[in-house]
Amino acid sequence: MITKLIWRNIWRNRRRTLITMSSVAFAVVLAVCMKSLQDGVFDNLVKSLVSYYSGYIQVHKRGYNDEQNLEHSLDGPDTLLNTIANHPNVSGLAARIETYTLAAAGSVTQGCMLAGIVPSQEKLLTGLDSKIISGTYLRESDKALLVSEGLAAKLRVGLGDTLVLLGQGFRGNTAAGMYPVQSIVHFGAPVLNESMLFLPLKEAQEFLSTGNRVTTIAVNIRDAAALNVTSHELKKRIGPELEVLTWKEMMPEIEGHIRADAVNFYLFIGVLYLLIAFGMFGTLLMMLTERKFELGMLMAIGMRKRVLSTMLVAETLLITFLGALAGAVISFPVVKYFEYNPIRFTGDMAAAYRQFGFDPVWPAIFVPSVFVEQTLIVMAIAAVISFYPLVTVYKLNPVEAMKR
Amino acid sequence: MEPIIDAHNLVKVYNEKGIPVYAVNGVHLHIEKGEFVALVGPSGSGKTTVLNMIGGLDKPGKGYVRIAGVNISEMSADKLIQFRLRNIGFVFQSYNLIPVLTAKENIEFVMLLQKQKAEEREKRALELLAQVGISDKADMRPSELSGGQQQRVAVARALASKPRFVLADEPTANLDSVSASNLLDIMEKLNREEEVTFIFSTHDQRVIDRAHRVITLQDGKVVSDTKRT
Repeated sequence: MITKLIWRNIWRNRRRTLITMSSVAFAVVLAVCMKSLQDGVFDNLVKSLVSYYSGYIQVHKRGYNDEQNLEHSLDGPDTLLNTIANHPNVSGLAARIETYTLAAAGSVTQGCMLAGIVPSQEKLLTGLDSKIISGTYLRESDKALLVSEGLAAKLRVGLGDTLVLLGQGFRGNTAAGMYPVQSIVHFGAPVLNESMLFLPLKEAQEFLSTGNRVTTIAVNIRDAAALNVTSHELKKRIGPELEVLTWKEMMPEIEGHIRADAVNFYLFIGVLYLLIAFGMFGTLLMMLTERKFELGMLMAIGMRKRVLSTMLVAETLLITFLGALAGAVISFPVVKYFEYNPIRFTGDMAAAYRQFGFDPVWPAIFVPSVFVEQTLIVMAIAAVISFYPLVTVYKLNPVEAMKR
Repeated sequence: MEPIIDAHNLVKVYNEKGIPVYAVNGVHLHIEKGEFVALVGPSGSGKTTVLNMIGGLDKPGKGYVRIAGVNISEMSADKLIQFRLRNIGFVFQSYNLIPVLTAKENIEFVMLLQKQKAEEREKRALELLAQVGISDKADMRPSELSGGQQQRVAVARALASKPRFVLADEPTANLDSVSASNLLDIMEKLNREEEVTFIFSTHDQRVIDRAHRVITLQDGKVVSDTKRT
């Protein structure tokens, strides 16, 4: 009967209860949609970033990330590649040898990053072939270069022109070679677009006198949410001689930006929830004032303060829970809609996005924990507010309460 | 035989802006089981304060109240709630009932607090509704009942816990003469047939005329105590 009483009590002033529930629902809808959109945007950003070049995870010889040279390269990586590829969350990988070199054409010389790649692997991992703006994609046996658009412009070379490469090979050997430009690619990220040269791995190893060595194994994963778990498991599988780095560890500035933006979100939502909390508190005050006589009467006839306060707390929590539940239910189709129909930018905004190699879209991402998290936040607020009726009941004197 | 209520030298002082006001000043009362008592007096005479102290809703500044030999003036607030639940029935002037429960549920509610079984609760609630003559209103909420009917439900609820006595604070104050008379008929009948002890405060002459014992208060003191046969 107490449950019945609680249920009927929350509906005794139907309009007020509905308004309170609506405000809670509105806050949850706004919070869930904003968070889903923000997570979607970041997810999209990360996907774009890792699909440019880095992959979600990279495996190197220990120390390579701090000192990126050929002395920190891996010899005979086939077994290692198999070990990594066998992890259930790994969807693709690409072995590379990376070093800095000088590229010259005519009287122009530029420092650049040379990457020896397995073209078929890169095609799957980073979609390098799709970024070609002129020429044809590399094959494993080619002895030719794929040059980024910005670098080609600096060196004033086009398809069929020859570049002279000069650098330091493995163990101090001089590396020198001449290669024709087979294709030109465009990267959205300026730092890549103005510095990248690609050679097939075998030819790069020949050029650098590294034998079968590689410096980097870039890895893609199926479930991005399991990034840290996958990284941890790979570390265990391949041992301490190698380093396994996630994109967050390789690009801490991006991770920092995402974290900072998340803080901004919580500040905004915090203000929203504060307003909702005041609204709920106002409702509670009104309800307690209206029912003061009744509460005194209930105590007079023998209802314990503990039971009475539990009833009032339960009423507050139930109103909040129903509001939050309604908010979550309303948010569900909204988030799903924007997941499949992202907000799409046009005009200058779209051009700016494309310039940096990003799709000009803001997709939402459906993560069930976001719904649970926001519901729990409003429930926690309600629990804090419920202390007020709790204290009121414990202070209540039935004689004072029933005075008119 | 020990009286059901033994109030000894009750004093209650309120401080109004630093000036002591004696709401009750040295009241002695002995009420036996089965009495039908009216506490009368003008407004401010101390009727409600005495009733509150007898009912364990308020504590005396001096003196004590013993209910069936138990001194309730020294009980903690929590123990008093439990004591009231098991020993005292209350009928207030108005807004007596829980508005969201039906008449039957209002009566059952007290028994629920006493942790009685659902079947027992329902059976007794229906019996009590029959006793106060509103069986047909069992499933109606207070807002659907007249003032007189609501007070009858309140009397039934007061009796639900099988209390030692029922305290009624101006139970007819908001009732028309017919409803007041009907309510008094029921209370008298319960007193006569079931030996239910009623103590009610009133300044309604129609009620005073029906009381078997009239205790008159003035300025917080008992000025007369008359028994009628």
